[in-house]
Amino acid sequence: MIVRIVDDFARDPEASLNAVLAALGSLEAAAIPGVTELAPAYSTVSVFFDPARIAAPGTNPTDWLRTRIEAVLKIRSVENEMGNEAPLIEIPVCYDREFAPDLDDVARVAGLADTEVIHRHSHGAYRVNCVGFIAGFPFLSGLPPELATPRRAAPRKEVPTGSVGIGGAQTGIYPRSSPGGWNLIGRTPLCLFDVQRDPPTILKAGDRVRFRQISREEFESGRK
Amino acid sequence: MKANILSAGFLTSVQDLGRTGFRQSGISIAGALDSHAMRVANALVGNEDSAAGLEATLGNLRLRFDDQRVVTWCGGAFAVTIGDENLPPGHAGLVAKNEELVMTAPKTGSRAWLAISGGIDVPPVLGSRATDLRGKFGGHEGRALRDGDGLPLGERPVSPIRVAALFGERRIAAWTAPSAWVATAAGDRFLRVVRGPEWARFTAGAQASLIGEPFTVSIDSDRMGIRLAGPKLDRLDPTDLLSEAVVPGTLQVPPNGEPILLLGDCQTIGGYPKIAHVITVDLPIAAQLWPGDLVRFQEVSLTEAQELLREREEDFARFRIGINLRSK
Repeated sequence: MIVRIVDDFARDPEASLNAVLAALGSLEAAAIPGVTELAPAYSTVSVFFDPARIAAPGTNPTDWLRTRIEAVLKIRSVENEMGNEAPLIEIPVCYDREFAPDLDDVARVAGLADTEVIHRHSHGAYRVNCVGFIAGFPFLSGLPPELATPRRAAPRKEVPTGSVGIGGAQTGIYPRSSPGGWNLIGRTPLCLFDVQRDPPTILKAGDRVRFRQISREEFESGRK
Repeated sequence: MKANILSAGFLTSVQDLGRTGFRQSGISIAGALDSHAMRVANALVGNEDSAAGLEATLGNLRLRFDDQRVVTWCGGAFAVTIGDENLPPGHAGLVAKNEELVMTAPKTGSRAWLAISGGIDVPPVLGSRATDLRGKFGGHEGRALRDGDGLPLGERPVSPIRVAALFGERRIAAWTAPSAWVATAAGDRFLRVVRGPEWARFTAGAQASLIGEPFTVSIDSDRMGIRLAGPKLDRLDPTDLLSEAVVPGTLQVPPNGEPILLLGDCQTIGGYPKIAHVITVDLPIAAQLWPGDLVRFQEVSLTEAQELLREREEDFARFRIGINLRSK
């Protein structure tokens, strides 16, 4: 069941994200029986449930669940005003040319010098909107608008692990090598996704992110 | 003890019921594309529902075990032999040490699920032994099997008493599960759907085409999704959507108007409008589709879909109890 938390995400992305995360927290805390998983996205929280485990004979599982969710979210609007500050995570990025095959394209679209693109990208304040597409891929909002660059017409067959890219108005990091169409402007030595960790990702929806420019030497030593 | 892969076929991977609970990290469910078939096969060889088995695509699979095992399989119209005996779908069979199990290419359908007593004992990753082929983790080294691979099997030797109880004098058990569960490529390729959240964003013509006309499975189909060619499904409103959760069974429609039916390896979130969802009890039929197949959709209500799932779950619970009684 997809629960729409905000109607117009774009009007205030920051507030929308907070509202979605608050709803997610309330639904997690409520632990509604039969609900198997919750999945936040830009303006919605999807509630996964097992109708066979929810329904008492004679009740419609969807109606029953909807009523429960509405009740949970009503209480939420009172208690979530406290809104504690999301964690800030710093991602070291090496913007060396070798790691930034599309830096020129981004600079051209923005009408800026390469160094200025790097400066602005590494001084932005970002937030993780959601994690998906491939396991551990964080979609970040907060890209300075002038750096927005359309996705490449033909996606690359293989984008290297750790690549930092710009796709439209968003920026993101490829947690492992994968096909991809974003414009690559740098690379992080940080391991964003490791199935041996729980949780397997270091970034989650709502986290605040900053990029810190590092040298090639730091990149190599950061890779350990 | 190991299962030795003499021939891995076209695409064979270690799968279980899938990896749930990590959507927030963007992790797909993966798992057997027909998790019900995997569960039924496991029940028939005395495994837990969640034991890992093999998903074979298009067969051409040959295996040999280091010790005696009970095996069975469910899925498309494959032919499977142990030694020189035919093993029909859904029948448990006894494979002796070093004896060969052979699965040929299917007449119809495309996939089969093979359960082995004791299960395949690869290390669980994030709570599941399923291979995430896109993420390259889980299963056997995070990849599809290759000729010569050896898969660790769980410690559940087949006791002589249990074998006698299951098989008597025969090596192929006479009893089986309901045929609709074990031979899933049979019959018409009708998939029942419920309306998706964006149903109303499509033209009346698109809605009528989806329910009334046949679609052809395109060559560009895999464990992530099945691309369908047929009447174009046009939208009334071309505005882009914000991405939100998608699941196996989701029928999403990209701007080109050609629907994609998502399967077990699908991404966790997607931004294309969702015109409909294939109901859970019909996912086994979807898992057998292959390029060139014709498929049609039929609309049912959400209540009906949930009722069908509840019935199947009740039937499965009874089936499980029956198996336990037999193998005592």
